[in-house]
Amino acid sequence: MTITFKSETFRDDFTFRNSLYNIRRFPFPFDRDDYMYSVNMEPHVRGKADSVFENLVDVDEHYVAEMQDRAKVLKEDPLRCQALPHMMAAQWDVLELLMEHQAQDYPAHFTLTKDGDRWRWINRPMGIDDTFTFGDPSTLPYPPMEYITRQAQGDFCIVDQRDNNLWMDAGMVTTQADWSLDFDIGMNFMEWHGPVPLAHQIGIFDRALKFLLNLQQGKPTRRLNWTMTVNPRLDTSPENYHKWGPDRLTVTPENVGQKMHLRVELQSLWRLPRSNAILFVIRCYLISLEELVTVPKWARRLPRVLQSLPPEIIDYKGLTRNRPLMIDWLSKYDDGSPTSAGIHPD
Amino acid sequence: MSLSTDMPVRVADVTQVTDLVKRFRFERLDGQPMPFFSGGAHVVVSMNDNGLLRRNPYSLMSSPDDNSGYDISVLRVPNSRGGSIFMHEQVKPGDQLTVSQPVNLFAPDHRGRKHILIAGGIGITPFLAMMDQFSRDNVAFELHYAIRSRTHGAYWQQLLDRYGARRIKIYVDEEKSTLPLATIVENQPLGTHLYVCGPAGMIDGVLLTALQAGWPKENLHSERFLAPPAGLPFQVFLEKSNIHMTVGEHQSILEAAEAHGCDAPYMCRGGACGQCETAVVSSDGMLEHNDIYLSDAEKASGGKVMICVSRFKGQQLVLQL
Repeated sequence: MTITFKSETFRDDFTFRNSLYNIRRFPFPFDRDDYMYSVNMEPHVRGKADSVFENLVDVDEHYVAEMQDRAKVLKEDPLRCQALPHMMAAQWDVLELLMEHQAQDYPAHFTLTKDGDRWRWINRPMGIDDTFTFGDPSTLPYPPMEYITRQAQGDFCIVDQRDNNLWMDAGMVTTQADWSLDFDIGMNFMEWHGPVPLAHQIGIFDRALKFLLNLQQGKPTRRLNWTMTVNPRLDTSPENYHKWGPDRLTVTPENVGQKMHLRVELQSLWRLPRSNAILFVIRCYLISLEELVTVPKWARRLPRVLQSLPPEIIDYKGLTRNRPLMIDWLSKYDDGSPTSAGIHPD
Repeated sequence: MSLSTDMPVRVADVTQVTDLVKRFRFERLDGQPMPFFSGGAHVVVSMNDNGLLRRNPYSLMSSPDDNSGYDISVLRVPNSRGGSIFMHEQVKPGDQLTVSQPVNLFAPDHRGRKHILIAGGIGITPFLAMMDQFSRDNVAFELHYAIRSRTHGAYWQQLLDRYGARRIKIYVDEEKSTLPLATIVENQPLGTHLYVCGPAGMIDGVLLTALQAGWPKENLHSERFLAPPAGLPFQVFLEKSNIHMTVGEHQSILEAAEAHGCDAPYMCRGGACGQCETAVVSSDGMLEHNDIYLSDAEKASGGKVMICVSRFKGQQLVLQL
């Protein structure tokens, strides 16, 4: 499959838009008309053609622009990419996994050839053609995790497993929904989920941790998470809160359809073979309300979901000010008809 | 598990290592490479013993960097439930078996400044892969390996040849040399991790000695695979599957469920990982918890059972499976 990559921005003039094709493949996260936290994990296996589940490592029309945005973030703040020293084997695991999946599923854009430990990696959209020795970091221009995650969409955390817990010991995080790798590095699973409301009390994290400690090689798992973001901004980090926090005040009834974006994270978790660590991929997809309402099922469902949210979740997701504006605007597109089960368009 | 990632393999080679230990090499039937793994990992080998499905976990002992095949070593256990006898007596080069994806419940702590490995008998196998990894990564380690006699002990000579007498210490029961546990755990540098694999009594002794010497429990690692213990047969009703079954004397609940076509989740089959945790709907007798996964409080409450090793005494046990 050949993708036409867009030239666009996720900051300043915000020229990011989804094509019609990309709108219909958006991972709409609500499978019913209301929402509550759950351990909504399912096997990360190939799904429908022309959906983001078609391949296990999804590459889409925003690839080149997202990689350019990541490079800008890293230039301003190199601490967005960190790895503790004991994570080197896991870094190579990640490089191998991402190269193999991208090359296998997008042969027009990526090629990986191996001659023993001598590997050649060609990334055509980014004009990269490098030959290196697998296992020898000195043969790459960056450490292995940074090298490959500058060429792969999504944020990446590598969590080490020990003492019956998971530890955030490496990562590349530039497209995050208001959390900081620099702050969380070295924390365990319970620590880094500390701020999430309600879910602790209903035992979500105990069950999720138990589940992940037993995550098996060859059986990756996934879940969807969501929030809303004003403007198509990938880097909504605590470090840059002063740049994006005030954006919330710019939303009006007139511009809410263009400005408000549903931000969905396709989170996939993979047991890594050489290190026994877990790769946690947080792939961010953005869609404006205007784009979203072109799919009638989603247009009916989203205002109903927003209507049903408990106050703690409204507050945690930063929706307090703009939720009524969104519901008003979206409700024009909800004729009250029943919606079909599942997340895909009718 | 409904989503199977098990791999059909061909037995490429069988080697008699000592009078009671055989080594088996597996290669994939489809010619694909094996998945890489980390030192300490095991696979579950599925055997078809005349129509009877046997599944046993075995540590991977080959180099974690070698994806052309997997090696395991099997100790012939005289009063075994049949898996090791089947491997020893029936399995020949060219035969087909099925192995699971690697699972690691005994992984080295990658932060360790130094790693001390203590093995008893066939407990050497996970350390063979671990040492290969440590030596490749240039990480400090030493092995203390207790064997009954030089003829019974597997691989000790090869290990001495490969890693040298400074890193490999052999203790031979028959020659009255015993593990100097107190000395081993004394005066180790900060950041040292200790790993033990062997008979239950040895594991308990090592852990206790180290804890008494002031080691933090986070730096102590052990792997004990419990074979499902035998016991009197009992009745189980699997509520979700609507299956009434008898668990035989030498069978686990998990094995009985599998024999009745119930696709129950499992990973280690040794009471350690927690994957087969099953809710108890009702029970009119006593659960015999043989696992090391549930806490004492959970065991006492009787709400859950690890069906790979635990048993039951009473009229009927009803499980949510």
